[in-house]
Amino acid sequence: MTAEIGRFALMLALMISAAQAILPMLGAHRRDARLMAFADAAAIAQFAFIALAFACLVRSFLVSDFSLEVVAANSHTAKPFIYKFSGTWGNHEGSMMLWVLILSLFGATVGAFGRAIPLTLRARVLSIQGLTGLGFLAFIIATSDPFARLIPAPPQGAGLNPLLQDPGLASHPPFLYLGYVGFSTAFSFAIAALIEGRSDALWVRYARPWILAAWTCLTIGITLGSLWAYCVLGWGGWWFWDPVENASLMPWLFGTALVHCALIAERRQTLVKWTALLGILTFSMSLIGTFVVRSGVLTSVHAFAVDPGRGSFILALIVGFTGGGLVLFGLRSHRLGEGAPFALLSREGSLVFNNFMLITLLATVFLGTFYPLAIDLLTHDKISVGPAYYNVTFMPLAALLMLGMVAGPLLKWREDRGREVLRRIGPAAAAGGAIFLLVLVFNLSKGPWPAAGLGLAAWLIVGSVQIITRRARFRQVPLEQSIRMALAMPKSTYGVVAAHLGLGVLMAGVIGASTWKLEATFAMGPGETKTFAGREVRLLTVEPGRGPNFEIERAVLEFSRDGHLETVLSPERRFYPERQSTTTKAAIRTGPVGNLYAALGDQGDDGRFTVRLYDHPLAPWIWFGGALMAIGGVLAFSGEWSLLAIRRRAPRPAPVPASPAAASQGAAP
Amino acid sequence: MKRFLPLIPIVLFAVFAAAMYFGLKNDPRALPSVVVNKPMPEFNLAPVLPGQPGLAKADLVGRVSLVNVFGSWCGVCVEEHPTLLDLSARKAVAIYGVDWKDSPAEGAAWLNQRGNPFTQVGSDQAGRLALDLGVSGAPETFVVDKHGRVRFKQVGAITPDVWRDTLGPLVAKLEGEP
Repeated sequence: MTAEIGRFALMLALMISAAQAILPMLGAHRRDARLMAFADAAAIAQFAFIALAFACLVRSFLVSDFSLEVVAANSHTAKPFIYKFSGTWGNHEGSMMLWVLILSLFGATVGAFGRAIPLTLRARVLSIQGLTGLGFLAFIIATSDPFARLIPAPPQGAGLNPLLQDPGLASHPPFLYLGYVGFSTAFSFAIAALIEGRSDALWVRYARPWILAAWTCLTIGITLGSLWAYCVLGWGGWWFWDPVENASLMPWLFGTALVHCALIAERRQTLVKWTALLGILTFSMSLIGTFVVRSGVLTSVHAFAVDPGRGSFILALIVGFTGGGLVLFGLRSHRLGEGAPFALLSREGSLVFNNFMLITLLATVFLGTFYPLAIDLLTHDKISVGPAYYNVTFMPLAALLMLGMVAGPLLKWREDRGREVLRRIGPAAAAGGAIFLLVLVFNLSKGPWPAAGLGLAAWLIVGSVQIITRRARFRQVPLEQSIRMALAMPKSTYGVVAAHLGLGVLMAGVIGASTWKLEATFAMGPGETKTFAGREVRLLTVEPGRGPNFEIERAVLEFSRDGHLETVLSPERRFYPERQSTTTKAAIRTGPVGNLYAALGDQGDDGRFTVRLYDHPLAPWIWFGGALMAIGGVLAFSGEWSLLAIRRRAPRPAPVPASPAAASQGAAP
Repeated sequence: MKRFLPLIPIVLFAVFAAAMYFGLKNDPRALPSVVVNKPMPEFNLAPVLPGQPGLAKADLVGRVSLVNVFGSWCGVCVEEHPTLLDLSARKAVAIYGVDWKDSPAEGAAWLNQRGNPFTQVGSDQAGRLALDLGVSGAPETFVVDKHGRVRFKQVGAITPDVWRDTLGPLVAKLEGEP
């Protein structure tokens, strides 16, 4: 019964989305307030019905209703509650449901909290959002029915891939989708603005909170995903450049460009067209990512062919939305404003550089991901692109971007003077140079690149802090006054600082963990001692245990340094009888200077166990940096959100930036 | 000139969409492999696991076998691995491993950690055999009959479904051949 309610709710949501796509657009065209007002209610109702359908699917998983195909294929009664729950989106059908749920959630938030947005713009935005919902609901109902019955129902389900039975799966996909799909709002706003054809950049201001929310969630999602890979896959890696990871990185790169470019469009009314184009392209990248990943096999471009029916449907949606959006852009973009001119050396100029570099980075990832396919099509040769490619393309370009990142926020709007800029970046350059020389001298054997990487990280970290010290006129006015000024700064300034600082910290982590990592594999019996990374490692015991639906082998490893006990790690191997497969659960001792990582392998014929040990200096900084970037996003978002709330109270939205935050940013000395 | 700027994204996207369209049609699994229905190329691979034999063409003759191309760097191989372990535990078919573009030490560590489903494993660090076999990415698996001829190429992971629906029946049929 639950499943039938779910399917019915899904059908209703489909019909509502159709109405939401058509009526408000018509209303905006005819200036009919009643039709336009329908958009808000429809967006909220669409979300409510999809949420109901989603809840029905979740319930079917929780009660292990194996008469549903998707539950039988992906669940098992012995699975712990949390994985029955998160297993709902651990498969194609369920994850598509999560996709449309989040799509409608973003639409509903525009309907519920976007009262400050002018009625015609809001109606058009929600109409486009409804059209997207219509496309994907139709996709689900036509090709991926989550409520399909299996008669007769099997007594037991096939179980969930044990790799996915991890708290990571409960949190990583929802955040990733909140990011991916959240960019649908950027698309809707851009399309609505093109249809509207007004030359001001007002729509960018209204779109920014949603864009920032999506960017923040995507940042969290990618960070969680890499942390999950590090802890679960058991060979100490955190990023593999495989097509699925790239599929999440590409919208992030475009989204990052969009966040920055929306800043200029909003504050300076310039580059508005480019912002609209980025809005269309960012969501297109999310769609392409969805297309690449869909069809079961999650990790390979080979996945394309698994279900051509689904593939062609999504491809048709991509062509409709992206192609339609780009054609509209071609026809209407001349209506959007040109904006004020600016010098190359200016805040605007630096943001153009930022966008240029991010797009170039995206192009390298895009090529690396799709080049094998292109070669296959043209010559029928099959090749694969590995990390070596990204090390020589992505890394140098990213370094160049980071060089520019410090100067950007320290530049004045419109025009700046070269000599003053050089003086301003002095402290960051000094810090970067000092770290570079220091690391170079003490680590000659590793060559200049790690030193350059750490120098760049220091440059970025110091340069980010300088944003605050400079705006608070640190050391120019009395300290007390400086602190007062710093505290009075808008949240979005702190957002910039945290996000840029986070990238510096992440960079330091990546360089540290990849340059100075140590790894060793030992065969060890209980009581045996080995030496690793200046430590004595002793395997005390390997004891069996039981989890809810798996059997455990747990090793107890004692690490000591010069006879003093340093730490005890207990890596595990878990055997899942329902899938006849084994996963590793690495044990990690984490600290500010690095990670000590232990994974347990097989028992050999001689009774000894394979023990894999890693020493990853600075590795925790990778995720700490990712978290800082997300915090930056949250700060910037809450700054924007409170502005939106202020505008909601004030009936007449100001056509030019007049809020205290915008003024202080715009007039940065 | 400026009027035509907005056309650039449209054109680029049209090229991309067309490529994706043909990518869908051009099923990489369905493409007949250059080696299917031909004898396995000659090869003699060095061992991966210390103290154990490597892998040579002569090892494959006499019984139906799977030759699985993997690597410790390969993410999908991790997903595939439990299925291989299961097949080897059930003695469903002899499975031989080709450790591709990988140092033998890392390959051995990977197998030690995850279990070894292979009767014999050879190291193809330079990718020479994989080139002869037309391997596009790991994992790929070749079904070899009793006379050392390649009869089928599986691109991508062997899942329990793939075994049940495709490879299992094929192996059973080949077992029945003289």
